[in-house]
Amino acid sequence: MIKDDHGSALLDVRGVTKSFAGVQALKGVDLQVLPGEVHCILGQNGAGKSTLIKTLAGVHRPDEGEISWLGQPVEIPTPEAAIELGIATMYQELDVVDGLTVAENIFLGHELARGGFTKRSEAARRATELLTRLGHGSLSPHTEVGQLSAANKQIVSMARALSHDIKLIIMDEPSAVLDGEEVRNLFHVVRELTAEGIAVVYITHRLEEIRQIGDRITVLKDGRSMASGLPVADTPTPELIRLMTGRSVENVFPPAVPVPADAPVVLEVEDLSVAGLFEDVSFSVRAGEIVGLAGLVGSGRSEILETIYGARRATAGSVRVGGNELRRGSVVAAVRAGIGLSPEERKSQGLVLDEPIYVNVTLSSMSRFAKAGFLDERAERKAAREQIEALDLRPADPDREAITLSGGNQQKILLARWLVHGTRVLLLDEPTRGVDVGARAEIYALIRRLAAEGNAIVVVSSEIEEVLGLADTVLVIAEGRVLDTRPASQIDEHGVLDLVMKGNAA
Amino acid sequence: MSEQTTQGTAGVPTASEAPTPSGPPDGRETSGIRRLLSGSVGRNLGLVVALLLLVIVGAITAPDTFLSVSNTLTILRQASILGVVAVGMTLVITAGGIDLSVGSVLGLASVVATLAVIQDLADQIHWIVMIVIALLVGVAAGLINGIVIAYGKVVAFMATLAMLIAARGLAETLAERRTLQVKDRDFVRFINLDILGVDMLIWIFAVVAVIGWILLNRTTFGRRTVAIGGNREAARLAGINVKRHTMWLYAISGLCAGIGAVMILGRTTAGTSTHGQLLELDAIAAVVVGGTLLVGGRGTIMGTVLGVLIFTTLTNVFVQNNLNSSIQAVVKGVIIVVAVLLQQRFAKPTGRAT
Repeated sequence: MIKDDHGSALLDVRGVTKSFAGVQALKGVDLQVLPGEVHCILGQNGAGKSTLIKTLAGVHRPDEGEISWLGQPVEIPTPEAAIELGIATMYQELDVVDGLTVAENIFLGHELARGGFTKRSEAARRATELLTRLGHGSLSPHTEVGQLSAANKQIVSMARALSHDIKLIIMDEPSAVLDGEEVRNLFHVVRELTAEGIAVVYITHRLEEIRQIGDRITVLKDGRSMASGLPVADTPTPELIRLMTGRSVENVFPPAVPVPADAPVVLEVEDLSVAGLFEDVSFSVRAGEIVGLAGLVGSGRSEILETIYGARRATAGSVRVGGNELRRGSVVAAVRAGIGLSPEERKSQGLVLDEPIYVNVTLSSMSRFAKAGFLDERAERKAAREQIEALDLRPADPDREAITLSGGNQQKILLARWLVHGTRVLLLDEPTRGVDVGARAEIYALIRRLAAEGNAIVVVSSEIEEVLGLADTVLVIAEGRVLDTRPASQIDEHGVLDLVMKGNAA
Repeated sequence: MSEQTTQGTAGVPTASEAPTPSGPPDGRETSGIRRLLSGSVGRNLGLVVALLLLVIVGAITAPDTFLSVSNTLTILRQASILGVVAVGMTLVITAGGIDLSVGSVLGLASVVATLAVIQDLADQIHWIVMIVIALLVGVAAGLINGIVIAYGKVVAFMATLAMLIAARGLAETLAERRTLQVKDRDFVRFINLDILGVDMLIWIFAVVAVIGWILLNRTTFGRRTVAIGGNREAARLAGINVKRHTMWLYAISGLCAGIGAVMILGRTTAGTSTHGQLLELDAIAAVVVGGTLLVGGRGTIMGTVLGVLIFTTLTNVFVQNNLNSSIQAVVKGVIIVVAVLLQQRFAKPTGRAT
């Protein structure tokens, strides 16, 4: 199916460069996409993936280089032009309108209408056709999109792409918001599309997904394509990591350090419940211990963390730090007691993106850098600089705005925030979401170190492997209940999934 | 560079081996100038230019009067009340809120303050009491706004719109649609005092602006305000008491309206329910033209002051030339749109690229 003849390429990108305000985001990218293939683009954050996509989608115009479509050189000045050519893009932040129905979303911008009046029944019929093509014919075209899951919103977004006559769909980390089952479903849909001859450009962090779905790979690093069109089947993983990071990665998870037997219990959670979300969650964490919550999306993992932190109000149960019970539903009380949360959605819940690093670092301990309410920004910058050094945060400039940093470095800002504040308990929700493979090992080592320094740590991750690799003790959670608690060494990924499946069946 | 190697947190052994190139040393030296350019001065350059253009137009069209000291003082005096209210508004908008009630609250405060003193007790009550009452009315109205918004979770636009309507109605009811004279000569003398050749009103404006600037740029309160406006959820999860902070922000805006009431009482020597009508719109316009983001997260007192001066100078140029005030409104509208358009073009990320 795959031909190496570039002449027959659907899309041929050569030597594309793009800079913004003097910062060169793309320094020369080559990419050839063949009809009907799944072409994966791999690269760390900041490698230029988003800029490349936006160049193809007509959002950015390249400074130099050539883009050919079906053998003809083309310009893609606007998103409309991209769609006209047959290129559709599914962004990470799904561009569906929650207040409109499925059908209305699918035909948004090119409504089926006569004389300004929408043809509702025809739109519904054609929407169902498109959804059926994607294997989701059961989705009602009249449902309001706001009520759909992230996975179904993606399907709607894909159906919208198909409603145009397209030959290429670009998917920007579509699996980031999906759980295992939904990802399998997505892959099924992708295969249906390619069977029809539609090419898919698939962007992801997850190497194992590339193995499952990809035909060929283009690796980006620092705005350059390091390798273009590598066949998935013949390229070993270490090679990909080396291309991506410029170094090889081994021993991703740092070795566990046994928790001393006399380490005091720092965090005690007892019979914690939030009606309708989870119930009777009990566990304790000692100083230096890492407890992991393993479970699928929707099992209540994140909600448990948020409730411990006071961001949600518990309906029953208690949380004690160092023996003192915390006031329910008060983040301020939790922070005062020495709990820090690194939230699931770093950008929308964790950082003030337009503010510089140092402001984000001192956000929880501002008053310590103030006399009578007056801030000492020099002291703030100094504290931030110390953390930048200690955590190897890049770029090493406390005045750099948080929005310009990569996912891994943004995560470090949040860790730095709690290090400066001085915590006893750290709650880490998806600490490596949106963090690329190379930087993950670094984050893992950092979490280990924070534990070794005496913090009690609770980690939540949708990647079971990550929980097992990091944690000393694992709680398996399904449908808001703790199914099992045991040392991480005594359970593996299959064991967790087994429990979860049985738990759900019961 | 040296201080970094001496810090001891969790001693990562890289300190000696890697003097990161392109790192902080040169960055820190130039950052002062760079920060100045990309900071308040640079960002306000356009406003300064706009103000200068207006001054040039004024000087050309009314050469005899416009540039005189007395006319300059007139402009500043006219700017002062709007300016004080706009400073409070800047804080609220920086936090992502809006306060539509300031004009009405100013009117209400002027009425309540004069009513209290107009009663037969007038002779026994010192005029300071009147000032305090006006300020208290402002703070109280602001607190009500803040509580309804922060704890009642009512959208700021609606909560303060309700206050706009209710406060005006209350002022009318209390005043029975009369104009209440301020008879206390000492008070009027105090507000119209002249210090170093500059009116008390202008001094008040200057002091409020300076305090507002310090509050926003140098204090934890200001930092929290910016953080809440920039990312409310992140601020909450960082342990900032967002609700309490929001409440105080509206109280401050109310206080500014109260100060405005005192000023208007001194200038007009009368309290009436019509004081401050549409003032909220002028204040919002001045704040936004000044460069504060309406969605929050970025605020500039300096910009607000310039915005207020631009609008007041514009009025003055029109008055000096005996031009129709309706045309003036058209020009104002154009200025608002152009300013916002320019902001979107130039105030974007390009600023702090490195």
